[in-house]
Amino acid sequence: MTIIVKKVTQIMCGIIFLYGIYIVVHGHLTPGGGFAGGTIIAGAFILLIIAFGSGFLSLKKEETGSSILESSAILVFLLIASAGLLVAGMGIFFVNYLPKGTIGHLISAGFIPLFNIAVGIEVAAALLTIFLALLIYKDEVIK
Amino acid sequence: MTVYLLCILLFLIGLYGVVAKRNLIKIVIGLAIMEYSVNLFLILVGYVKGGTAPILSRNLANKVFVDPLPQAMVLTAIVIGLATTSLLLAIAIRLYRKYKTFDIREIKNLKG
Amino acid sequence: MDWFVPLFVIVPLGGAFLIAIIGSFARPFGRFFTSLVLASLIGLTLYVIFSVTIPIVYMVGGHGPIEKVPIGITMILDGLSVYLLLIINLIGFFSAFYSISYMKKFTSENYYYTLFCLMVAGMNGVVLSGDVFNLYVFLEMAAISSYALVAFGIEKEELEASFKYQVLGGASSLFILLGIAFLYWNTSTLNIADISRVIGTTANSEFVKFVGVILLAGFGLKAAMIPFHAWLPDAHSSAPSPISSMLSGVLIKAIGVYVIFRLFFNMFTISYDTALVITTIGTLSMVIGVLLAIGQWDIKRLLAYHSISQMGYVVIGVGIGMLVIAHNGPRSVAALSIAGGLYHLFNHAVFKGLLFLNAGAVEYETGIRDMKKLGGLSSLMPVTTSTSLGASMSISGIPPFNGFFSKLIIIIAAIQAGYYVLSILAVFVSIITLASFLKVQRFTFFNKPNEKWNRGDFNVREVPFAMCFSMVFLAVLCLGLSLFIVPAVRDIFITPAVNVLLNSAVYSTGVLGY
Repeated sequence: MTIIVKKVTQIMCGIIFLYGIYIVVHGHLTPGGGFAGGTIIAGAFILLIIAFGSGFLSLKKEETGSSILESSAILVFLLIASAGLLVAGMGIFFVNYLPKGTIGHLISAGFIPLFNIAVGIEVAAALLTIFLALLIYKDEVIK
Repeated sequence: MTVYLLCILLFLIGLYGVVAKRNLIKIVIGLAIMEYSVNLFLILVGYVKGGTAPILSRNLANKVFVDPLPQAMVLTAIVIGLATTSLLLAIAIRLYRKYKTFDIREIKNLKG
Repeated sequence: MDWFVPLFVIVPLGGAFLIAIIGSFARPFGRFFTSLVLASLIGLTLYVIFSVTIPIVYMVGGHGPIEKVPIGITMILDGLSVYLLLIINLIGFFSAFYSISYMKKFTSENYYYTLFCLMVAGMNGVVLSGDVFNLYVFLEMAAISSYALVAFGIEKEELEASFKYQVLGGASSLFILLGIAFLYWNTSTLNIADISRVIGTTANSEFVKFVGVILLAGFGLKAAMIPFHAWLPDAHSSAPSPISSMLSGVLIKAIGVYVIFRLFFNMFTISYDTALVITTIGTLSMVIGVLLAIGQWDIKRLLAYHSISQMGYVVIGVGIGMLVIAHNGPRSVAALSIAGGLYHLFNHAVFKGLLFLNAGAVEYETGIRDMKKLGGLSSLMPVTTSTSLGASMSISGIPPFNGFFSKLIIIIAAIQAGYYVLSILAVFVSIITLASFLKVQRFTFFNKPNEKWNRGDFNVREVPFAMCFSMVFLAVLCLGLSLFIVPAVRDIFITPAVNVLLNSAVYSTGVLGY
C-alpha cells in the first residue's frame, strides 16, 4: 500500500481500538454493547494487516493465539453465568447476583458490564481468526 | 402497511437470486439479501408511533419507547447471519480451487 | 431441586471449547473427553427418567412471570423432551466412541470433536426450549455445526454436498425466522404457552394458517420431507460415517420432526386441514423415498433415501393421531397411533445409526462404497456382517427385532382409524424395503469374494475395537428395544411422551400455572 495509507493507519488504528473499548464498556448505558464493540476492535487489527501486508506476521502463531483467546473468553462467560448456581439462596443459572448500583453510573447493573467485556473479546478474536484463516489459505495455495 | 410489503419484496428479490443465478458468489449474496430483509422486517414490527430509543437514562421525561424485544432478536440474528455467510464463503473458495470454476452447472459430481 | 436442567446445554458447550483449547496442545485429549461428556449426559438423562417428577418449568435468570405474563426465557422438561434427550445422547455417545478409531487419519481432529459437542449442545437446547426464538437460536447452532461437519474431509464431493446443504438449509432457516416475525407481530409474545393462549382466544384464522404454512415449509426442509428432500442424499452420503449416523439418526428428528409436533400440537390449535397436509406429506415421503432408493448402488446414498421413507412412517403415525383428534374420534386410537409413531422414532435412530456405522466400517477397510465392486466380506469381517444383518432385519420389519413391533402398531392404528389405503401403502413400502436390504446384504457381504481381497495387497481385516464396541452395543439395543411393548417398560418411557401430544391443552396450563 502507498505511504499515505500506511501513515494514516498508523495514526488512526489506536483511536479506533480505544473507541471500540469505549463502546464495549458502556454497553449498559448507551447503545452498542459486546457485539458491536467487538467488531470495531477487530476492525482495528484487520486494518493494520491490510495496510502493511501479511509478511510482517508469523500467521500460524497469530491464528493459534487468537483461537485460544476466543475459546477462553467463552469459558469465562460460562463460568460467570454458572457461578449463580453456587450462590446461596438463589440456585438458578444466569441470575444477577452482583450488587446493582444506581441507574446511569458506570459501575452498576450487576454483572452485565462483565458479560459485555467477555463478549467483546470473544467477537474480536473470532473475527480475527476468520480473517487469518482465509489469509493462511491464500498463502498456502499461492505456494 | 406498504413498508411491510416492501420488506417482503426484498425477501423475494433475494430468493430470486438464490434460485436463478449460476455464479456461486451471486447465490451467497442472494442469501445475504434475504437475511437482511428479515432483520429489517423484525425491527419494523416493533415500531411505536412517536417512540424514542429504549435506553433508561437519568433525565427521563415521560417518554414513549419503541419495543426493545425485536431489537434484541435482530442482534442475535445478525450474528447468526455472519456465521452462515462466512462459512459459505470459505467453502466457496475451496470449491473454486478444486473445480477451477464458479459456475454451478459445471459442479455436478454427485448425481442421481 | 431442578438445578440440573441447564446442565444439558452447559456441559457440552463448555466441553467443546475446552477441547478447542487443550486439543491444540495435546492431540488425544479430544477423543476421550467427548465420550466422557456424552456418557455423563446419558447418566443425567437416566436420572431424570427414573427419579424426578416431570414436567419441570425452569426460569433462566430467575425472571418469573410479571402479572401472569411470562417475560423470561423458560426451559421446559416434559415427557416428550426427556424421550428425545435420551435418543440424542445415546446415539451421540456411540458415534463419539466410534469416531475414536475412525477419525485418526484426519489432521485437525480436535476441531471435529469441538463441532460434535456444539452440535449435541444445540440439539439438547432445541428439545428443552420453551420459547420460539430460543428454539431458533439453538437450531441454528446445531445446523451450522452440521454444515461444517459434512465438509470435514475436504474432497470434491464433500464440498459440493456441503454447499448445497448450506444454501437450502440457510433459506429454510430464513423462512422459519420470517414465520417467527409474523407470529410476534400478531401475538406480541414469544413464549410457546403464551402464544397458544393468544391464538386460542382471538382467532384470526387466515393469518394463523398462513404462518402455519410458512413454518411447515421451513421445518419440513429440516426434517427432509418430500418435496424438500433434495439436500439429503448428497449431504448424508458425503459426510464422514459417524457424522452420517448422527445426521440421519438424530438431527433430522430433533430439529425437524420434533419441532413440527411441538408447534402443531401444543402451540397451534389442532385443525383438520393441517393434519391432512401433514399426513399427506408423510405418505408421499414414505412412498417416494423407497421408490427412489431401489435403483441406488452406492451404500450410503441408498441408506440416505431409506431415511426419508422411514421418517414418513413416523409422520404418518403421529399424523393419523392428529386426524383422529381433529375429528373427535376415539382417543384410544389416537393414543395408539401416536405411540406407534414415537416408538418408530427411537427404533429408526438406533437401526439407521447402526447401518451407517456398518457402511463406515466397510469403507474404512476397503475404501469402496459401490456395491457392485464389493463382495464376500462375511468371512473377513464377521462382527460387521452380523450386526449389519441384525440392522437390516430391523429396518425391514422382521420379528423379534424392534422395527416389526413399531410398524405393526402403526398399521393396526391406521386400520382402526379407518384409513385402509394408508395401511396398505405401509405394508407395500415395508416389502420393498425388505427387497432393497436383501440386495444390500447379498452384494456387500455374501457374494463371491472379490479376488482383490485374497491377493494380499488389500489386507482386509476386522475393524478396531472402538468401532466394534459401538456396533455390537447398538445391535444388542436393536433387540432390547423390542421390550418397549411390555406395559411396565412402556409406561416409563413412551407413555409420558404420548400424553404430552394427546392432551395438548395441558401444556400451556402446566407452564403458565393458570
